[in-house]
Amino acid sequence: MSAPEDRPSRSLIPITPVPAEGDVELVPLYQAHQKIYPRSVQGVFAQWRWLMVVITQLVFYGLSWLEWGQRQAVLFDLGARRFYIFGLVLYPQDFIYLTALLVISALSLFLFTAVAGRLWCGFACPQTVYTEIFLWIERQFEGDRSARMRLDAAPLSINKAWRKTGKQLAWIVLSLWTGFSFVGYFTPIRELTASILSLGFGPWEIFWILFYSLATYGNAGFMREQVCKYMCPYARFQSAMFDKDTLIVTYDEARGEPRGARSKKSDPKSLGLGACVDCTLCVQVCPTGIDIRQGLQYECIGCGACVDVCDNVMDKVGYERGLIKFSTQNAMEKGWSWAQTLRRIFRPRVWVYTAVLWAIIIGVGVSLWLREPFKVDIVRDRATMARIVTGGKIENVYRLQIMNAAEQTLSLQLQVDGLPGLSLATEPLVEVGATESRWVSVRLQVPYDAAPAGSHPIHFRIESHSPDGQSVGRLSEKTVFLVPR
Amino acid sequence: MSDFISNFWHLYVAGITLVSIIACLALLWFSGKAKAMTANDNTTGHVWDGDLREMNNPLPRWWVGLFIITIIFAFVYLAMYPGAGNFAGKFGWSSAGQYEAEVAKGNAEVAPLYAKFSGMPPEQVSKDPQALAIGDRLFMNNCAQCHGSDARGSKGFPNLADADWLYGGTPDAIKASLVQGRIGNMPPMAAAVGTPDDVRNVAHYVLSMSGSPHDSLRAQLGKSKFGACAACHGIDGKGNHAMGAPNLTDDIWLHGWGENAIVNTINNGKVNQMPAQAAKLTEGQIHVLASYVWGLSNNAVASAQASPAK
Repeated sequence: MSAPEDRPSRSLIPITPVPAEGDVELVPLYQAHQKIYPRSVQGVFAQWRWLMVVITQLVFYGLSWLEWGQRQAVLFDLGARRFYIFGLVLYPQDFIYLTALLVISALSLFLFTAVAGRLWCGFACPQTVYTEIFLWIERQFEGDRSARMRLDAAPLSINKAWRKTGKQLAWIVLSLWTGFSFVGYFTPIRELTASILSLGFGPWEIFWILFYSLATYGNAGFMREQVCKYMCPYARFQSAMFDKDTLIVTYDEARGEPRGARSKKSDPKSLGLGACVDCTLCVQVCPTGIDIRQGLQYECIGCGACVDVCDNVMDKVGYERGLIKFSTQNAMEKGWSWAQTLRRIFRPRVWVYTAVLWAIIIGVGVSLWLREPFKVDIVRDRATMARIVTGGKIENVYRLQIMNAAEQTLSLQLQVDGLPGLSLATEPLVEVGATESRWVSVRLQVPYDAAPAGSHPIHFRIESHSPDGQSVGRLSEKTVFLVPR
Repeated sequence: MSDFISNFWHLYVAGITLVSIIACLALLWFSGKAKAMTANDNTTGHVWDGDLREMNNPLPRWWVGLFIITIIFAFVYLAMYPGAGNFAGKFGWSSAGQYEAEVAKGNAEVAPLYAKFSGMPPEQVSKDPQALAIGDRLFMNNCAQCHGSDARGSKGFPNLADADWLYGGTPDAIKASLVQGRIGNMPPMAAAVGTPDDVRNVAHYVLSMSGSPHDSLRAQLGKSKFGACAACHGIDGKGNHAMGAPNLTDDIWLHGWGENAIVNTINNGKVNQMPAQAAKLTEGQIHVLASYVWGLSNNAVASAQASPAK
């Protein structure tokens, strides 16, 4: 292979094989799965995670049971194309709000990641949350890390069989309940319960319950960290949002090394040792099975389990906490205090994310607040441009598609203006039932000679009234009136 | 695949498909055997730009299982569905076949509905809200193109919402218009009427019949020449449903109002056609549609405006 200066016109980066240091071995292209047995951990971040588990799961399992008036509070009725969210009813025309929600979610992810790394991954992601729940069930049946490893290594016995079976049954029940709760957001959950009790469920409901159950069971029971390592796209592009001021789980190498076991009474300095007692608990608790002491790795989901366990160990041996901690690259390099580190949160990148995020949230909020409870589309009749009717009047025909987005009957008062003598030849009052949409034919007339031949812009002014006579919104829609030659 | 006449192309497509899948399988097989060199610091020993080292991050082995599943799926798919050349697959599926099956299923679903309406007299159908909703949609899809979405027509296209009918307004007459269509033919009558002046006089006489503004002297003169028209329109000008001859005594002017329009019609005649719908619509649909149209002018409540639709 030639050096780059020999062929400057070709942008070819040469690969230089460098003799590797140490032993070289030949490995297969595919890696065998090594089961990870995360050890249970107590501490402030574990508490945060459990709090997030409880909050997210209370919302997920509970929200579908809430009632709002005569219906389920949160229901995505795909068949009728109506999304009910408490007092709000959204239609396919409101798709922009879904876009807004996704943009807000993405920007929140950018913001949280820029400030504190993979907060979402470690504390709120369903993959983490369900893995945490499934691990808890696993511990109830099989015990903690070492007991589980012993059990897996042991030959089949009655003890092993009932523990494994019990765990699987508990997992399956939880998975089915999860799938059922999920489908309960699309089919009213009370009807779904009744149909399941009477075995009268539809094929699609049962398919989606089983599908979602299987996904939960497989991902939280078996795939676990494999999902984060090999399947999750967010885990891959998050590194683009990290900078030197992002809070990440860091091992204080300067303080910890050289690591080594020592007796409690001895002075580490005299032994030439750092603060790390090499208990390997940080590796044992890690849900992705990495050693954080090797520095930031792409597998790290930022859950803080190693921080918790290391702090516990430091307390026990009487050292200062924080050998493993949430810190930033800058803070570690420059030896900043916690207050100095926090001050760097307010940097331009964070301000920009925050400003854009709030601008969009406020924009969506205002738009939802000002949203009219009905929509009117005006379509000119496709067959009749204009016609002359009795009395020599010129008549145009329009089709109005009126959509009532409110959950009450609305009566609409139609008015037109834009041409002298323009009048409605049809009933000016139109009733539209709750969440109904209908087409109405409307005829408009002008006296002969009221306008020159051609197209004239006119406006429909539509005011809607609730059943108790209150005005609940008005719309103005533009269209044209054609006068024939 | 019917575009390809030669059998070669079937084999060509089937061959490429099968060889590709087998090549994927072979690739999996050989990559499973292959080994990569790696140092104990997990690098491959490849260095770019002096300091950029390639790490060894192998694919998990269960991922290979996913590849194998896709290959099995591909073979099963090719056995069951068309994909390998002109082999139709075990299921004999085709998009046209699926479409026909869905149409047949849809028709079977609505058949009892149409059967119910077919057993009802049109007067009753025209008051049934469900039939009205169906009728409205049928009208919008098949009739509104000419007669307008409010059924009130325009120049040359009759108004279906008034009580004036060229071929009769009974449900049976409407149904006949729908099934076989109508061709209204008025021959040029100028020669039969007489001189151009006679034609103008007749036009004024026709205008006078409906009380429209006219020259009464010309109308008087034209009355004697109206005999040429009476064969179809009747001596009193009230028209004839059997021939589709319009009533001239009402104030409804399908082909334009005023002296010029009438003179023009007398001189040049008029041919106006409504196409037959029997081939496009089923008997049940025609029954509902005829009842709907009949109801437009006979049921005040079921007027064309304010018809419910989703």
